Amino acid sequence: MRDAPQVDHFRLENGLAVVVIPDRRAPVVTHMVYFRNGAADDPPGKSGIAHFLEHLMFKGTEKNPKGAFSETVASVGGQENAFTSYDYTAYYQRVAKEHLGRMMALEADRMTGLILEGPEVDSERDVVIEERKMRTDSDPAAQLQESLLATLYVHHPYGTPIIGWGHEIEGLGREDALAYYRRFYRPENAILIVAGDIDATEVRALAGETYGRIPVGTDAPPTRRRVREPEIRASRLVKLADAKVEQPTSQRAFLVPSHSTATGNEAFALELLSQILGGSQTSRLYRALVMEQGVCVGAGSWYWNDALDLGQFGAYGVPAEGVTLDTVDTAIGKVMQDLRENLVGDRELERAKTRLIADMIYAQDSQTHLARIYGSTLTTGGKVEDVAEWPVRIRAVSAEDIRDVANRYLAVERAVIGHLVKDAA
Amino acid sequence: MSIVSTPPAARVRSYRTASGIEIWHVEDYTVPVLSVECAFQGGAAQDPEGKCGLSNLLTGLMDEGAGSLDSAAFQELLEEKAIELSFDAGRDRISASLRTLADNATEAFRLLGLAMQAPRFDQDAIERVRSQIVSGLKRDESDPGARARDRLNALAFEGHSYGRSAEGKIDELMSITRDDIVHQHGRLFAREQLHIVAVGAITPDLLVALVEGAFGPLAAKPQLTPLEAVSMKNLGRRDIIDLDIPQSTLYLALPGIARKDADHMPAMILNHILGGGSFTSRLWFEVREKRGLAYSVWSMLANRNLASLFFAGTATSNERVAESLEIMLREINRIARDGASPEELEQAIRFQTGSYALRFDTSRKIAHQLLEIKIEELGIDYIDRRNAEVSAVKLDDLARVGARLFGNAEPLIVVAGRPIGL
Repeated sequence: MRDAPQVDHFRLENGLAVVVIPDRRAPVVTHMVYFRNGAADDPPGKSGIAHFLEHLMFKGTEKNPKGAFSETVASVGGQENAFTSYDYTAYYQRVAKEHLGRMMALEADRMTGLILEGPEVDSERDVVIEERKMRTDSDPAAQLQESLLATLYVHHPYGTPIIGWGHEIEGLGREDALAYYRRFYRPENAILIVAGDIDATEVRALAGETYGRIPVGTDAPPTRRRVREPEIRASRLVKLADAKVEQPTSQRAFLVPSHSTATGNEAFALELLSQILGGSQTSRLYRALVMEQGVCVGAGSWYWNDALDLGQFGAYGVPAEGVTLDTVDTAIGKVMQDLRENLVGDRELERAKTRLIADMIYAQDSQTHLARIYGSTLTTGGKVEDVAEWPVRIRAVSAEDIRDVANRYLAVERAVIGHLVKDAA
Repeated sequence: MSIVSTPPAARVRSYRTASGIEIWHVEDYTVPVLSVECAFQGGAAQDPEGKCGLSNLLTGLMDEGAGSLDSAAFQELLEEKAIELSFDAGRDRISASLRTLADNATEAFRLLGLAMQAPRFDQDAIERVRSQIVSGLKRDESDPGARARDRLNALAFEGHSYGRSAEGKIDELMSITRDDIVHQHGRLFAREQLHIVAVGAITPDLLVALVEGAFGPLAAKPQLTPLEAVSMKNLGRRDIIDLDIPQSTLYLALPGIARKDADHMPAMILNHILGGGSFTSRLWFEVREKRGLAYSVWSMLANRNLASLFFAGTATSNERVAESLEIMLREINRIARDGASPEELEQAIRFQTGSYALRFDTSRKIAHQLLEIKIEELGIDYIDRRNAEVSAVKLDDLARVGARLFGNAEPLIVVAGRPIGL
């Protein structure tokens, strides 16, 4: 059985990296461009600019003025969107394969040809403010999440929300967007990913006629200057009380290595640890808190591993009726302490490996999902080969490796605990 | 019109098992994965009076132990082979979704069959799943979207079982007994009106044998309570749900057009032009692009077995709700009065025909599409015919459905938030 997808990759002369993921089952392609910059590259005081620019990228160029981009995509039946993360910004279209060349022409054109003038910058800022109100300002759980991250990362920009702080979004303007655009949007900072009914030869020809014509920038290629997170030795409690909260929760987060910053197999061990601790209904947290003790109705964990800088690991519990968050915290703490001291079982470890490796096989059923795996890997310090190697590295993790990373990184003395509670006042 | 890529429809085959269950199958070995989608007729709309949420609780319990396996043992077997099995209660149907690596197909169907034929409904599992559903309902109480959707549904279908929450009501969920669950399971899990689609790496012979093994022993006929067709209620009414948040979520509803209605395709195209086509629709342009009033604005046609609705919605700052609503109503009235332009129709047809193939690029998506086609009785060759039906829509058709949908009805409007000036 093939665990890893088959891909081709190469570079154009202007530095644009290209990845081709053939999938011949349907006559469609997914065309994505990733830029190696995201919200963590927002200049100080300009939080939200990466995301705001992502919105503004749909506003037009000389060749494809206002509205032309989306009208062209729609006229060939294409689906399109874009997204901003901490470490990357990505744009994509999904189209019938015969339209790939047109999509490349459009995307290549706006890589350097964006024009921003007129009232659309102001109205789009309003759209972003509404987006923030929808996602965060109307949702106490999202507000807690924002504070939790701002507390976990005391210095690094991962502590600043991707969409930006409200008061800074209000001050973002045309010049901020263009300065950021000129710094990062250039071929040597981008990765083209094409997945679907096509091969590398065809992609090379089409990309050469479009992206290949973009000249290399005259100034030095952009570098990401990220501050390093200091070693914090304090635990912290972040609590949000809101009259609207009907279902309290407790969570805790830890700074841990990502695949990019990890040494040895730490990140692979952490992936398995997260699966064993809280990845499914057979996990330690779900078993102990939900099934055996009945103190929670839900419990689980997460590991943000595809970060360029320090990642994060977390666990959460949703208390059953009448159970206090202190009780939940004690129960979570006990489960995690056990994993720091004792080895996981053979069968348990095997089950977790099977599950994670199967996910990579399931991913091969979706060209879009595969394209995203390569995009996030390549913009967070990884290589194409890392994706193919991933199942092998997962298989090699031992129970000792898992205990060691738990012991090293998941001390409650360094955790940020987040409580969402009802404001009874 | 440009060349249009079509999905690989020719590969859909129909098979029948010994007990008469029909299966649609797309055989494909490119990826060693099998996706199966199944639907039983009768879902939350079959919840008895006073037991709102029974079907939801039932489906939540279907993977919580069967035969000699308690919940923990059952979940471990799924996990050991990375088999993904889930059940869900919609309004009109119960669905089961199975995904497995090809090598584990036999075990996957064995566990699916066991779950359906011999569910345990252990009391501890009932209490656990019930508390999980209640927890979710409590969380929804602070979610403006969930609140507005629920209220809109309750008002639109007042007095009909469609008006009740599919997830459940907390007090009624608390009153549900194990006997209720056992009875509901016996009523709904049956072979008649069962639809199964399988896509991926399995031979037809093995598939037919595994489906028969899993579904064959079920009861022949479901015992469904007949429901009456319902037309939308509370037209013209405006309702506000007070929530202390800076942004309001707004939904509006009007009677829609049924899937089997001859005007369904024109209605779909008209909706695309009005608010369905995300980055190009009139609502998108007027509400978001031009005025920056909202991040999201949309419209859609929704069909249930016995009712059809047209919905539109947005989320906008409290002080801008009145303006946003006015613009949405103006656009609805404008398209009802003037119809669409030839360019808009052409663009909509190009989008709808060109994008159809995008619905068929994963096993799961293919299975979902085929399941809908099968349930709606559109025919196994529908994939080949569909784009021609889209292309046949004319401007006159749009004018007619515009008048039908929006011509002489005041929408039901629900807002959750603290809107100013409504």
